[in-house]
Amino acid sequence: MSSLMKEKAKILDREGISRSIMRIAHEIVEKNKGIENLCLIGIRNRGVYLAQRLAACIKGIEGKDVLTGALDITLYRDDLALASGQPIVRKTEIDFDINEKILILVDDVLYTGRTIRAALDALIDFGRPKSIQLAVLVDRGHRELPIRADYAGKNIPTAKNETIEVRLSEIDDLDEVVIIDKDNDK
Amino acid sequence: MVFVICYLIVICTLVFDIKTMVWTRKDLLGLEELTKEELELILSTAESFKEVSSREIKKVPALRGKTVVNLFYEPSTRTRVSFEVAAKRLSADVINIATETSSVKKGETLIDTGRNIEALKADIIVMRHNCSGAALMLARNLHISVVNAGDGWHEHPTQALLDIFTLKEKLGRIEGLNVVIVGDIAHSRVARSNIWGLTKLGARVTVCAPKILIPPAIEEMGVSVSCDIDEALKNADSVNVLRMQFERDGQTAFPKQLEYFKEFGITQERLKKAKKDIIVMHPGPINRGIEMSSGVADGANSVILEQVTNGIAVRMAALFLVSQANEKTKNEDIN
Repeated sequence: MSSLMKEKAKILDREGISRSIMRIAHEIVEKNKGIENLCLIGIRNRGVYLAQRLAACIKGIEGKDVLTGALDITLYRDDLALASGQPIVRKTEIDFDINEKILILVDDVLYTGRTIRAALDALIDFGRPKSIQLAVLVDRGHRELPIRADYAGKNIPTAKNETIEVRLSEIDDLDEVVIIDKDNDK
Repeated sequence: MVFVICYLIVICTLVFDIKTMVWTRKDLLGLEELTKEELELILSTAESFKEVSSREIKKVPALRGKTVVNLFYEPSTRTRVSFEVAAKRLSADVINIATETSSVKKGETLIDTGRNIEALKADIIVMRHNCSGAALMLARNLHISVVNAGDGWHEHPTQALLDIFTLKEKLGRIEGLNVVIVGDIAHSRVARSNIWGLTKLGARVTVCAPKILIPPAIEEMGVSVSCDIDEALKNADSVNVLRMQFERDGQTAFPKQLEYFKEFGITQERLKKAKKDIIVMHPGPINRGIEMSSGVADGANSVILEQVTNGIAVRMAALFLVSQANEKTKNEDIN
């Protein structure tokens, strides 16, 4: 699909992504004064890989493991009927109790905020965390709900006909973040 | 120019996004017409839904505000309750119609019944009927989704799907497995659906029954036939034991119960000659001492209760997928 859309610019390369993640890891540890009761929950798909990378960084800083989970929000989306293509339902894997924990939601791109709203809905069914914070690699603006990121790798103002693609070597061929011009064919 | 771009987009989607399987059927009527990819999609969706039942709050809002009507022309415990639980876990509203106490008794036709339910703005009808083909007939005459919970001798797709799901969970794959189905094959919709599903996914299926219960030309479905259960069990990875359906039997030519148990009943003695960890399945309800001994039913090889649990996940997947497809069609019509 991306061969028809024009790649406008590369915003982050491999080193850039890695440095952003490292900085976010430090900020998380700083803001929460350590990692007690902390856990990372990645939003499928790429949020999960980012959460794993963050966990590795945090282990490097604090010397201890951080609980990590994966959340699939497909069933909580507010646009299931309108979604183009089949929303694929994947597994949610949170094997620990989230009550009284400080949850860090991790996602690749923050745009309208509806994904995060869906994630908050999903998490309420799992328990009552002490607090929920949000870490994203890219914040591209255009919020449609009152949601904000506590930690952002990069703030990139975009136009509505553009889209941001985060590619991670865990499932794409390489690490990079690009802006893409979508074809205006409506 | 726009047309050319759209055409190119479609081609590129097909070439680059082949892994994105899309479910477009508003109904689930049987496994015969499904492709291997569609089967795999239901199974993987079911796996995701299985996790929901392990939560403290076993609910997701996927079918919130939708109404599912269970229309059962035949008695049922498992299937009906299973569909009801599945629909409720998806946050749908559920209505149960047992035709014994409905206007069907006054002679109302199937299509009229269906159209009235549609007029009540239900979204999905889950139907069990004693006539083969009833589900298809209903689906053709309604805009809403129809899920077949068993039609006559024809198909029982969700049962076969949960059987296959359980097998895959236990043995890691379906391809290349030796599966034996034993029982009243001729009158079994569970057998037929299982045969379609298993063969499409690459299993080797053997049906085993007294000669009189094997339908002629069943080999054309891609299965082997055996009238010797001990022989059939020798290399089997799993055996699916069907209920001997006495309520359908009016003829005295059918083998008597004890004779059947002696010749074909699955007992611990019989299993000793089979693979040590052969998987024993049964769609339920079990006739203990006729097709299966209590020892086997409650024994270590039996996964019968796990089948029931997996039935919820599989039915959640089925309801979710048909609902999605129908929503999409409705939206496309509006636009």
